[in-house]
Amino acid sequence: MSATTPQRRLPGLGRKREASLLPNYVVLGLLVVFAIGPIVILAFNSVKSRAEIGHDSLGFPRAFHWDNFTRAWDVGNFSTTVRNSGILVALTLAGVLVLGGMAAYSLAKLQLPGSGVVMLYLLVGSSLPLQLFLVPLFFLWQRLHLVNNLFGLAIIYIAINAPLAIFLLRSYMVQLPTDFEDAARVDGAGEWRIFTGIVVPLSWPGFLTVGLVVALSVWNEFLLATVFLTKQELFTVVTSYYNFQTRFSRDWALTSAAAIMMILPIIAIFLILQRRFIDGLTQGGLKG
Amino acid sequence: MSTHVETPAARTIPRPTAERRRFTHSRFYRKTLVPWLFVLPILLINVAVVFGPALASVYYSMTDWSGVGSSKFTGLDNYRQLFFHDHAFRHAFRNNVIWLLMFLTVPILMALAAAGLLAPIRRGAIFFRLTLFLPYVLPSVVIAFVWRSLMNPDRGLGARLHDWGIHGLDKAFLGDTKTVLPAIGFVDNWHWWGFLMVLFLASMQNIPPDLYEAARLDGASRFQEFRDVTLPGIRPTLVFMIMMTSIWSFLTFDYIWILTQGGPAGASEVLSVLVYKNAFQRFEAGYAAAIGLTMSVLVGVVISIFIVLRKRGWEI
Repeated sequence: MSATTPQRRLPGLGRKREASLLPNYVVLGLLVVFAIGPIVILAFNSVKSRAEIGHDSLGFPRAFHWDNFTRAWDVGNFSTTVRNSGILVALTLAGVLVLGGMAAYSLAKLQLPGSGVVMLYLLVGSSLPLQLFLVPLFFLWQRLHLVNNLFGLAIIYIAINAPLAIFLLRSYMVQLPTDFEDAARVDGAGEWRIFTGIVVPLSWPGFLTVGLVVALSVWNEFLLATVFLTKQELFTVVTSYYNFQTRFSRDWALTSAAAIMMILPIIAIFLILQRRFIDGLTQGGLKG
Repeated sequence: MSTHVETPAARTIPRPTAERRRFTHSRFYRKTLVPWLFVLPILLINVAVVFGPALASVYYSMTDWSGVGSSKFTGLDNYRQLFFHDHAFRHAFRNNVIWLLMFLTVPILMALAAAGLLAPIRRGAIFFRLTLFLPYVLPSVVIAFVWRSLMNPDRGLGARLHDWGIHGLDKAFLGDTKTVLPAIGFVDNWHWWGFLMVLFLASMQNIPPDLYEAARLDGASRFQEFRDVTLPGIRPTLVFMIMMTSIWSFLTFDYIWILTQGGPAGASEVLSVLVYKNAFQRFEAGYAAAIGLTMSVLVGVVISIFIVLRKRGWEI
C-alpha cells in the first residue's frame, strides 16, 4: 500500500500468457474511454464557437477559439476566485502541517502521557459526520464574525483535515531512526529544535503526501465553502463556478473553458506527482 | 521511498539561566508539559470546530431554534415530528437506502472486475491506473457540469446516439422523478469507481504469487482463481470499503445538491439535503440538528454492526 512496496507482479507472464491478455486490454481500453472521454469532449468544447457547439457538442473542433479562455477568465472573475482558493489552501496547509506535524511528533516521539485518549479522540472526531456539527458551527461562527471570512473557513478546514494528517505523519515519524534525536538531546537541544531541525527534514515525504491530499481536498471542497462564504468577492473557484454555470447555462463554450482552467492545474500536478498522489489518497481512503 | 539522511546543521544552543534550567530539566516539564504543548493547539481547534458544536447539536435538536436569537426547549418534539409526521424525511431516508444499494453493487463490481483484469497486466499498467484514477481528483462542480451537458436530451450523447439510430437515451434523466436518483448516482460513480479500483488493485498485488501458482497447478480456471484466491486475498480491503460505502451513503450531499438540489419535486432529496434546506433556507436550525443527529446515529449503527461482526469472529 505504501510507496515503499514495489509492485509485485503475478507470475506466468510468458509469451503465451501475454497473448491471452488481449480481452483484458480491450475491456480496460473501453473503461479508459469511459473515464477520459468526457474530459476530452470538455476540452474540445472549450475552444469551439457558440455556433459550432450548438449543432455539434461532442466532436473535434473545426476552429480553435482560444479567446473563450480569456473571456471565461474575466466573466468568471477568476483573478479573485483563484486568489481566494489559494489563500484557503495556503492557510489550511500551514495550519495542518505545522500544528498537525507537532501533534504527530508528540504522539510518535515524546511518549505523550494519555496518547491513547488523544488517538481515540482523533479517531472518533474524524468519523463524526459534517452534518452533525455543521448547524451549530455555522451559528457559532456567525456570532464570532468568522462567516464570510477566509480565515474563519480555513480554521474549519484545519480542524477537519488534521486527524488524518496526524495519523499519516505519526505513522511516518514512528519509523524514523532515533539516533539523531538522541544525540541532539544529549547536546541539550530542546524538543522544538529537534522537531524543526531533525524530524521535519527527515519526514518531508510524509509532509509532501499529506500536503497534496489536503491541498486537493480544500481546492475541491464544496459544501463548507457554499455555507460559509456567501459574498461574491469571497467565492472560491469551485463555488464561483457553481454559480457561473447556472448563470451561463446556455453558453457551453464559456462554461467548458472555465472548467478546463479549473482542472488543468489539478491534472498537471496529478501527472507530475502521480505516485505520491495516488498513494496519499488511497491511504487516506483506507484509514478513513 | 528512500529517505535522505542529513545531519542537521549544528547550531549553537543559547545557555539559559540557572533558574530556568532547573525548571526545564524537571521531569514534569520534559515528560508531560512539553508533549502536551505540542498536541494542544490542534486539539483545541478540533474541539472548537467539531466536538463542541457536535455536543451542542444534541441540545439544539431538542429545541425550537431559528439559528439566531434564543432557542426554546421542546423536548423530543422535533424527533416526534421527524419520525411520525414528516413525509419528506421518510422519502429522503428511502433515497439514502436506494443510494446505498446502488453504491454497494455497481462501483464495487466495476472496480473488482477492472482490478482483476489489470492485475496480471504489465505493459501499460501505469497508464491504466492513472487514467482510471483521474476522475477522482476532479472537482464535483466540473464533473456535474460535464455530465449534465452529456445527458442533455437535445445536444448530448443521447441525442447523437438517436441520430445514429440508437433510441431511448435522449431523455432528460435528471428532470424525471423516476430516473433522477440513478442518474445522479451514475455521475457520482463515474468519479468514484476508479479510486476503488486502485485500492483493490493495491490489495491484490499484496497476495503472495505462490497462491496463484498453486491454483494453476490444480488446474483452476481464471474465474476459479479469482473466486478462490483473489477475493479472499483482498477481503479486508473489500469489507472495509463496504463499511465506508455504507457510511458515506447516509451522508452523501455534493452531487445531489449540485445537480438537482433535491429536485425535481423533492424526488432526489436525501437526509443531508434536508439538513441544508432546514438550516439555511427555512431557518429551522433545531429541526436540522435533529436530522443531523439522526444521520450520525445511522452512521454509528453501521459502525457497530461491523464491530459486532468482527467480535463474532468474522475476519474483517
